[in-house]
Amino acid sequence: MDFNFTEEQEMVRDGLSRLVREQYDWETRRSAVESDAGWRPEIWAQLAELGILGMPFSEEDGGFGGGAVDAMIVMEEFGKGLVVEPFLPTVVCAGGFLKHAGTDAQREEHIGGIVDGSRVYAFAYAEPRGRYDLADLQTTAKKDGDGYVLNGHKAVVVGAPWASHLVVTARTSGGQRERDGVSVFVVANDAEGVVRRDYPTVDGRRASEVYFENVSVPADALIGEEGGALPLVEQVADEAVAALCAEACGAMKVAHAMTVDYSRQRKQFGVPIGKFQVLQHRMVDMFTEYEQSVSMTYLATLKLDAPEKERKRTASAAKVRIGQAARFVGQEAIQIHGGMGMTDELAIGSYFKRLTILSSEFGDVDHHMKRHIALA
Amino acid sequence: MNLEFTADELAFRDEVRSFIEENYPKHLGDAGMREDMSPEDMVAWHKILGEKGWSVPSWPEQYGGTGWTPTQRYIWLEENARVNAFMPLPFGVSMVGPVIYTFGSEEQKERHLPGIRSGDVWWCQGYSEPGAGSDLASLKTTAVRDGDHYVINGQKTWTTLAQYADWGFFLCRTDPDAAKPQEGISFILIDMKTPGVEVRPIKLIDGGYEVNETWLTDVRVPVENLVGEENKGWTYAKFLLAHERSGIAGVARSKRAVEKLREIAGKELLDGEPLIEDLDFARKVSQLEIDLAALEITELRTLAGEQAGKGPGPESSILKIKGTEIQQRLTELTLEAVGNYGAPMYGQIEDSGSNQYPIGPDYAQHSAATYFNMRKTSIYGGSNEIQRNIITKMILGL
Ligand SMILES: Cc1cc2nc3c(=O)[nH]c(=O)nc-3n(C[C@H](O)[C@H](O)[C@H](O)COP(=O)(O)OP(=O)(O)OC[C@H]3O[C@@H](n4cnc5c(N)ncnc54)[C@H](O)[C@@H]3O)c2cc1C
Repeated sequence: MDFNFTEEQEMVRDGLSRLVREQYDWETRRSAVESDAGWRPEIWAQLAELGILGMPFSEEDGGFGGGAVDAMIVMEEFGKGLVVEPFLPTVVCAGGFLKHAGTDAQREEHIGGIVDGSRVYAFAYAEPRGRYDLADLQTTAKKDGDGYVLNGHKAVVVGAPWASHLVVTARTSGGQRERDGVSVFVVANDAEGVVRRDYPTVDGRRASEVYFENVSVPADALIGEEGGALPLVEQVADEAVAALCAEACGAMKVAHAMTVDYSRQRKQFGVPIGKFQVLQHRMVDMFTEYEQSVSMTYLATLKLDAPEKERKRTASAAKVRIGQAARFVGQEAIQIHGGMGMTDELAIGSYFKRLTILSSEFGDVDHHMKRHIALA
Repeated sequence: MNLEFTADELAFRDEVRSFIEENYPKHLGDAGMREDMSPEDMVAWHKILGEKGWSVPSWPEQYGGTGWTPTQRYIWLEENARVNAFMPLPFGVSMVGPVIYTFGSEEQKERHLPGIRSGDVWWCQGYSEPGAGSDLASLKTTAVRDGDHYVINGQKTWTTLAQYADWGFFLCRTDPDAAKPQEGISFILIDMKTPGVEVRPIKLIDGGYEVNETWLTDVRVPVENLVGEENKGWTYAKFLLAHERSGIAGVARSKRAVEKLREIAGKELLDGEPLIEDLDFARKVSQLEIDLAALEITELRTLAGEQAGKGPGPESSILKIKGTEIQQRLTELTLEAVGNYGAPMYGQIEDSGSNQYPIGPDYAQHSAATYFNMRKTSIYGGSNEIQRNIITKMILGL
């Protein structure tokens, strides 16, 4: 048993931590989030330069041979700074599909662009009526000559306004919620027939409603097996869950530290409010929730290569635990800040909002609790 | 003991129901749940009620109250909640109004009560300061007597909707040397157009601007704007806080919001079935209804006590704690119900002008903003920690 990080991993953490500290202070983040673009391509370029975007890919593919633990480290540091740049959809999700199921030609075509930062991806999986069920798909891909024609509507596709490419789940056969018949495609974001409505999200990112109106894609847009891609989608979603858990840990750590700090400075009734025992215990509970979340994040990350059932059940366990913790930590952070917690002037509100939305991304507590029960 | 309405009460219910149906402005729609109201919309119903003579039901009849029994007042709120009406803001009708008719001079009553009743004069509450929140008695804004004026200096904050206010009621320190901080405070009415009053907006986490910083620099206020006696302001403020708390349970509104939540969860799907049929979700909605039923009867018991002549006591802290927890939980479950469509920042989405490419169902709009916004309810009006401290002291005697 070993819970230590390697020297390289510590270096990655230090480098990212410096980048976040020096270039991602909350005010700078806020002006970027409120700008027209909504993100900072120059940060993306630096991430490429630091090797972060290429980390989880094999050396043959032009990457640095890292794994899930490396992604965890990255996401935790991003969580601390509330980084909005689309590492999760691009590297974890699109990268995951390519790593697990991309043909040589597909890896060659896409991974280089991810590693050098020239290509950005969004993962279009959710649908307006599908809630968190990855197989609940009304988007269709019909065979058309050698290629396919896509039709449908994907909901709240995070990062789509910034993306050069979309990874899309669609039905090539089967009924709306059947396990069989799910396929995955990579589509250029500017392909004819892709209609987007872009908007900001409450947690500082950008997303889109993406409509596919007779979008033609070639045969090699298909990643993985036609009609048999659900297990692949589930695997990538579990990897995304583990990454989100790590991000949550980073955000909770900072939210907790800010709260403790505020309770030291804020005086009422002649004493720092941190002297009130009811608030002390509340902050202890926040800390405990954070520690439990770190443990579950490690567990889920280390089990990503476990047999399918164990992997799924552990990912769901982690998402349940972190969803509960994120709710508690976020709400209490605001409460203990009093009126100041309600303002847009302090960073704490942004942490609360990110923790709120993050809790339901790739499935909320109820969704993952059901999955955990079903796999018992 | 009996929970049934009498025949008279049922007749009363029918009367107010048809009045509301006929007169509640249609364009306000489900206003109680909207995040984007104009100031005109916020006073629209108040003004109509003012004309009808129903804007201040709980006031004594001599000042324009309706003389309704607590049961009738309960029915009144229930009936308004059926259409989710946007009720008159509390600052005039529930806060400063009662202080003025209880402690104010005849002149003050004549001058201010009519505008509060009619909704023509907008009031704000200037209590909190950057350094004085829960510990309100530590407030530093000073009022110094200069001939027949007070000269007021200081900074207030969190002043709700002060950007629209015509008048404000402020707590100011008139005796800096008083033995206890509570003893040197006065309750003063300030015309917000007086030179030296400056209101600066504060943006909140839901993106809205409902509170402000209010800066007071050499503001000259005629001494006749002092309410009651100098240095007795704390007594009036406490009187008012008790009033504020008894209304804060928001039972009728929460009942309507539960219905709305059920509607939403009936439209959302999980595995192709309505979400409300999912046991996990249904259990949470039922839990809310159960808590709300307990709160409702607790409030009615408190009201009955008031009818029997007992003022709202420390029990009203229970109403505040449970009422706000339920309101918060409601918004949280609504956000949960709408799934992925909680994330869009609806306040910043430009209308595309067509329905061709909608962003989520209408009922999902602002669900996150509302959830964020409602975190305020356990902070303001005496935070829920402070309420628990009150119960600890006043009821448990610890
Ligand atoms: C949206 C909004 C609208 C408002 N509108 C108005 C208005 O119109 N007019 C007005 O005058 N004020 C208004 N307020 C101010 C409100 O009354 C204060 O926010 C409230 O009194 C809490 O004060 P504070 O924000 O300074 O928090 P603090 O007093 O600094 O409290 C911070 C935290 O410490 C806790 N705490 C403090 N003391 C104790 C204790 N003794 N024991 C245990 N815990 C403690 C609190 O519960 C809270 O969790 C508004 C506030 C908000 C958020």
